[in-house]
Amino acid sequence: MLKKEKKTILIVDDDTDYLFQLKAAIEEMGFMAITADTQKEAEGIIEKTKPDLAILDLMMENQDTGFILCHKLKARHPDVPIIIASAVTAETGMLFDVTSEEEQDWIKADLFLDKGIRRDQLHREINKLLKI
Amino acid sequence: MGKLHLLVVDDEPGIRSGVLRILENFSVSYPFMDEDFEFEVSMAESGEQALEQLDAKRFDIVLLDNKLPGIQGIEVLEYINKKEMDSVVVMITSYASLELAVKATKKGAYDFVPKPFTPKELRASIETITKQLFLRRMTSRLRDEGKQVRFQFLSVLSHELKSPLNAVEGYLRMMQEKKAGEHIQDYMEMIDRALFRIQGMRNLILDMLDFTRIEGGKKSRNLEPVLLCEMAQQAIDSFQPLSIQRDIDIYLNCSRKISLLADRQEIEIIFNNLISNAIKYNKIGGRVDINLSRDKGTVTIEVVDTGIGLKPEDIERLFGDFVRIRSEQTKNISGSGLGLSIVKKVLDLYPADISVESTPGQGSTFTVVFRDQ
Repeated sequence: MLKKEKKTILIVDDDTDYLFQLKAAIEEMGFMAITADTQKEAEGIIEKTKPDLAILDLMMENQDTGFILCHKLKARHPDVPIIIASAVTAETGMLFDVTSEEEQDWIKADLFLDKGIRRDQLHREINKLLKI
Repeated sequence: MGKLHLLVVDDEPGIRSGVLRILENFSVSYPFMDEDFEFEVSMAESGEQALEQLDAKRFDIVLLDNKLPGIQGIEVLEYINKKEMDSVVVMITSYASLELAVKATKKGAYDFVPKPFTPKELRASIETITKQLFLRRMTSRLRDEGKQVRFQFLSVLSHELKSPLNAVEGYLRMMQEKKAGEHIQDYMEMIDRALFRIQGMRNLILDMLDFTRIEGGKKSRNLEPVLLCEMAQQAIDSFQPLSIQRDIDIYLNCSRKISLLADRQEIEIIFNNLISNAIKYNKIGGRVDINLSRDKGTVTIEVVDTGIGLKPEDIERLFGDFVRIRSEQTKNISGSGLGLSIVKKVLDLYPADISVESTPGQGSTFTVVFRDQ
């Protein structure tokens, strides 16, 4: 029987600690992880490879880096699900959530998550998006 | 239900009663407003009557015909502006006159309603004005209470505070679950990183305190003659651990006693931020020169480093809140992004300016010039 290939997840975050931790968690879930800590590096990866899923930080060098990467990735690979992870949440009055079709259409991300999310929850969400 | 007072100034009775009828059962609602607004309509048939009514009572909205017997609408508008009344003025014009439009807009008219108008047109115009009025009053109230709308600031702050928390928590969880092995030695790097992030967070909180004190204008200032050379030396001493660690030599060039009428704490903030930046963004083994001088009517502080330097486009952004110049070289330098914006805010309290000259790869010079008060 053929060994089932591991799914690849692209993680982009300029917080190298968070990137390291998330990579470890993703690998433990049984996925391959590719990481990038700048927008430019991420754009390079998107041009060369097609991940099965991407987790993008919202605010990096620019406050809209997450959105821009999301847009570029979807333009190139419309079928790759994207999670936008952010540390910016409700208490600032900036509520990020993608629920309505209109919002999904505009932002293009498939899911918005808070960075503080528990790993098992994250795993469930990833599986859902990868249809595992 | 809130009530807005509206004055319609027109010599045609049909217009006055028309406005009354159209707005009688009309109310405006807006997502940001707690309550709906309805309108109480008063009427004046001449400019003179309008002035009397305006003196007697506060009106939120004034619908003003320009062609009146006696004094003209535009003069009523001038009166409203001269008295600084908090009213939004809408001109009603029977014919389109570009000249009048320009003149009235210059004098502060908010909108025009062509005459004759349909009920729909008037209601649409009143709705826009009500929202504008509401927003204008809300912003000025917030400003009065010292609560500026700091939406952007808060969201960035929340991000900057939560990121280190997430990082530290992540490392602790990895340790709790023994992800890297059974021995404490396996976790030394994670512990170092966690401590580094906590230090960064501490700096941010300290900067935040400086920042809010200055922003809020609550800090009581105590202006006294301050000896700059001494203050500079103190700041240099306090950064000695950092400068030794990075092998950076700091030279203070101060030929004589320079005294400046200033607040000690504020001068401390300026030296601390400029000197710590000059060390942090320097190359290992680099140098920092602090030159203090007094000329006729000015005192100059110059902090010169041999660091990574700044691109021209980065200099423009440098003094904004939470601006950090992100690059491969600054990636591992901890900073809140508030230091220079605090320095700028402090200097705004004085007759003083700050300027930057920089060559990427060679270094930067920050120059503060205080002018005699």
